[in-house]
Amino acid sequence: MAVMPMRQKKTPPSLLTAKEPKGSFGDLDLPTKRFLAKSTVTLFALMIVLAYLLPLGFMTVTALKSEAQISNQAILPRSPTTITVEGEELEIFEVPFDDGSTQTLALLRPGRESSVFVNPADPDVEIEWTGRWRTLERGLVLDPEYGNFADAWGALDFVLAVRNTGLIAGLGMAGTVIASTLVAYGLSRFRMPAKKLILGSLVATIILPGFVTLVPTYALFLQIGWVGTWLPLIVPSFFGNAYNVFLLRQFFLTIPRDLDEAASIDGASPLTTLITIILPQAKGAVLAVSLFHFFFAWNDFLSPLIYLAGKQDLQPISVKLYEFLGLYDTAIPLVQAGAMLSMSIPILVFLFLQKIFLGGIDLSGSLK
Amino acid sequence: MTTIFTGADDLPSSGLGASGTLARRERRWGLLFVTPWLLGLLFFFIIPLSASLAMSFTDFELVDQDGKGTSFVGLDNWQRIFEDPDVSNGLWVTFKFALMFLPVSTLLPLGAAYLLTSKHLWGRSFFRVLFYLPSMVPLVAAMIIWRFYLNAESGWLARMLGRSGIGSPDFLGDPNWVLPSLILIGTWGIGNGIIIFIAALNGVPKELYEAAEIDGASRWNKFRDVTWPMISPITFYNLIITLVGLGQYFLVPFILNGVEGRPQGASRFYTMVFFQETFSFFQAGYGTALAWAMFIVVFFLTVLLFWSAKFWVHYEFEER
Repeated sequence: MAVMPMRQKKTPPSLLTAKEPKGSFGDLDLPTKRFLAKSTVTLFALMIVLAYLLPLGFMTVTALKSEAQISNQAILPRSPTTITVEGEELEIFEVPFDDGSTQTLALLRPGRESSVFVNPADPDVEIEWTGRWRTLERGLVLDPEYGNFADAWGALDFVLAVRNTGLIAGLGMAGTVIASTLVAYGLSRFRMPAKKLILGSLVATIILPGFVTLVPTYALFLQIGWVGTWLPLIVPSFFGNAYNVFLLRQFFLTIPRDLDEAASIDGASPLTTLITIILPQAKGAVLAVSLFHFFFAWNDFLSPLIYLAGKQDLQPISVKLYEFLGLYDTAIPLVQAGAMLSMSIPILVFLFLQKIFLGGIDLSGSLK
Repeated sequence: MTTIFTGADDLPSSGLGASGTLARRERRWGLLFVTPWLLGLLFFFIIPLSASLAMSFTDFELVDQDGKGTSFVGLDNWQRIFEDPDVSNGLWVTFKFALMFLPVSTLLPLGAAYLLTSKHLWGRSFFRVLFYLPSMVPLVAAMIIWRFYLNAESGWLARMLGRSGIGSPDFLGDPNWVLPSLILIGTWGIGNGIIIFIAALNGVPKELYEAAEIDGASRWNKFRDVTWPMISPITFYNLIITLVGLGQYFLVPFILNGVEGRPQGASRFYTMVFFQETFSFFQAGYGTALAWAMFIVVFFLTVLLFWSAKFWVHYEFEER
């Protein structure tokens, strides 16, 4: 929207609207103006979001196409169509007439210079049309190919892939929730030496590029025989993660201390206090951290690619999808169906739990 | 809001008392709780980081190929970095991409957040979910979509451009278009940025805008003098995260254009040189030197950014 020029210095805001110069909107009353502003902004947002999500539309439509439909120029999965009239199968064409109209008709008797068509809705009436029928466009009807999903399901070994991903994600989730909660509790409720240094070390690990530690870590896991197992993907979670620790710590700091002080006076150990007093109040934050890890694990690609190379039975869905892409590179509908399958679970989880999830990002954004 | 970078240690005591045995007990419990992190720090950061530095001075091979074992080679690997044409190409590609991506990664989320906090927008939370949605698409799936969406013949973008008469480049196959295409793909990753900018915009006290309006401030003045300073800590945070991400930018071009960065190395980022040397050629000694060099550069840039913060990041309005 255009920048408003400076005007009416020192005018209270209520007068600004009253003194609006008579222009295109000047004659309208306030509710109408507000309605127009709202419709304009909302329409604008709608257009942006449509363009932004268009690749998802491409995926959906393409996943429903057959190989033959890829080559016809239709956007939607449409196929040439036929009808059966008196036991005879007739092809459908888009037939233009002199008055500029186009009718969808079935070809009954093809001829060189003129042909006889019938209306599919009323096959008894014959229509004579002059022109070469071979130049006509075939009539297309919506004909989605749902079989791609079944094929992709099988080729991806979807059930095994989901099982692997789910187990890796679930075990890692347990690890990071337990460890990050303990660490965040320690950093939010206790005085201890070098706390600044510990907080600083958390920030440092966020800034550190993962590639710097990758080679020795890989060499170590190779040495102790963990390469080719899930352990390199799960065990590191049991030591906490900087983002999660900060998020939980931030949340714990907002919980009043009165209750845990009362509990500690009653003789509860700090661990008991954490479990019985703090955690029940921090359910949302803990759930947000679990979700973060779930999505992270579902998305994680490089680590499983490196650590599970060649282990078909153990690979999560990201690696399976990557290899699937390599194998079926030219079967565009099939790979789009595979992509759609693999995103279905995280997208559904996100849509159901988006309030908690987006709230968690709010919280992590406030950490700076 | 707490600023973690100052690491403010101003927590009141947890009621166990501040002196003597109680204080010791509190310290012991506190350290016990942070032990997982300290161990993780040791095993997954400090030891690998040191080992990686040490390896960079050796001819260590991930899989011993020449059967000679590992020996100390001094600064050979580090010297090689400066002479390797792959490295200079990778740095140039990374630099060009960063130059294009840094403004995109700040302005797009900010613009979207502006739109999504507009009081004129119907269904704000609905739009918020839709704008976040692409960030939830798993990486490999997203790459499958984009790869075919950007196809020069059957992709929708090319067909739309073709229909409008402009004609379309071969997005991922043309050396001049591959980086802009990767930027376009990168717009699917700004979801987190949008959400934290929304939180930042909502956090600007309304009184400040009202005061500015009384002073007759224009929309632009309000943005420049109220919004921008108030959200500058978030902008700063977002820049840091983006910078760190750029240093590790690898998977998107790797999945789309392979480790060789097709076409003709136009999308061969620095990280791909590292990856190929380490995991394809098993030259882990050289690989660790490459990784460390990147770490040093990113660290230096981060320090520079922190230093620049005092000129443009405003913390004084922050409430604790």
